Amino acid sequence: MPDARPEIVNTVAAAGLNVTGKALSAPAKFYNKAAARKAVLLVLLALLWEGYARSLNNPLLFPTFSDTVKALFTSIASGEIPRAAAYSIGMLLKGYAIGLVLAGLLTAFASAGRIGADLLETLTAMFNPLPSVALLPLALIWFGLGDGSVIFVLIHAVLWAVALNMHAGFRAVSPTLKMVGQNYGLAKPAYVIRILLPAAFPGILTGLKVGWAFAWRTLIAAELVFGVSSGSGGLGWYIFEQKNQLLIPNVFAGLLTVILFGLLVENLIFKAIENATVRRWGMQT
Amino acid sequence: MAALLAVDGVTLQYPTRDRLVTATWRVSFEVVESDRFVILGPSGCGKSTLLKAVGGYVSPVEGSISLNGARVTGPGPDRIFVFQEFDQLLPWKTVKENIVFALTASGKLSRREAGERAMHFIAKVKLAEFANSYPHTLSGGMKQRVAIARAMAMEPRILLMDEPFAALDALTRGRMQDELLQLWEDTKFTVLFVTHSIPEALRVASRILLLSPHPGQVKAEINSAGSDEARIESMLFEHA
Repeated sequence: MPDARPEIVNTVAAAGLNVTGKALSAPAKFYNKAAARKAVLLVLLALLWEGYARSLNNPLLFPTFSDTVKALFTSIASGEIPRAAAYSIGMLLKGYAIGLVLAGLLTAFASAGRIGADLLETLTAMFNPLPSVALLPLALIWFGLGDGSVIFVLIHAVLWAVALNMHAGFRAVSPTLKMVGQNYGLAKPAYVIRILLPAAFPGILTGLKVGWAFAWRTLIAAELVFGVSSGSGGLGWYIFEQKNQLLIPNVFAGLLTVILFGLLVENLIFKAIENATVRRWGMQT
Repeated sequence: MAALLAVDGVTLQYPTRDRLVTATWRVSFEVVESDRFVILGPSGCGKSTLLKAVGGYVSPVEGSISLNGARVTGPGPDRIFVFQEFDQLLPWKTVKENIVFALTASGKLSRREAGERAMHFIAKVKLAEFANSYPHTLSGGMKQRVAIARAMAMEPRILLMDEPFAALDALTRGRMQDELLQLWEDTKFTVLFVTHSIPEALRVASRILLLSPHPGQVKAEINSAGSDEARIESMLFEHA
């Protein structure tokens, strides 16, 4: 037997200890901000672009960053890019909205029973891998040259991805939460709106984001092919037209606009929704 | 005393992928007002399924369950559940909103009255400081306390607790059992409590139903006072 060791009993005093610690230095604070880190990266990429384009010295193939920005501002000032962007966004919203409504209906049908779920799984398995642009020739025959065809391919781009994610969201709702909702004796519509929808919101939001990205991509691609109707065209058409006139800085400016708009929606709109909902509720970290 | 809850010859079955499992076989018991009635048995005795049947989530294939003489046909706010799982609080609502929602959604109270009653019961489970916190910021024990406060605020005819403390650490579990007893001293609510722990049953119960496993059948129904672990163990596991 080892010797009995003495017991140690301390009285713990909280006073005088600085638990919060000392403040971080300014560079460390800067480094902790995701936006700051990304801004630095963007500046570095722009410098790299500028340097490479200058060394290449061939504005027809690869214009410099400064030329592109200049072209962007001129096109914005002349109203060309804003007009094209507004046209594209209008089309996008139409196709996106119709696609979301259809996806909602399909998901509701899928949640109602096994046959509905089988239908959704089969349809998405068939059509989700089918690129929207592959439907363009058919759309042209069905709807002619114009808005109808673009909206048709947009709906195809949005519908399957959104329905798939929404359905996954509803299926992931914990059985405990469902039982809690039923326990209050809620009527069916109230149960769906007040329990199932918020509980499935992480999946729904993912669906909205994926659908949006698909729609934007598809739209620009479709406009490149036949984006003009009744004299006005979208950003894709703008890029196509500028290339025909060999105004390459303008082509780059058009591409930059497409990128910027994508970043804006992702980082402002969706980020704000995410912060106000799933992050706040601790359903997503 | 007339029975508040009467479970009469209840057989419960549920289908799995390739067979029909019998969870309980002709189980009968009666719960009277202000009982702390514990269903005790090893895993696989169908005690949770039995509680779900009383909650109205599962229908018996044989026998009947009635509350105050009225047959149970589906879930309802007169029987409020407290689950074992920590995710039983709505994550998109704060502690207070969770309780207010339960009271208003079931049509029991107006928003303002519900707010007052919610705060009363939040104070009872000692969470007043956390009334405006979201569930994901609370510890497991605190979440279970909110679930209990929510259930008590609903003032159901009977409280159904499905191993509410099983996922907690031993220290917290003991404290929660004491708190539950204190709350019971205040209002003398009726509770049907499911557990697989003999010490927990002895601590919480006024009356204990012992179930055998595969399928669940009533082995005995005893009073908590005058029983000890050895007696219950021998009744549960010895083949008579």
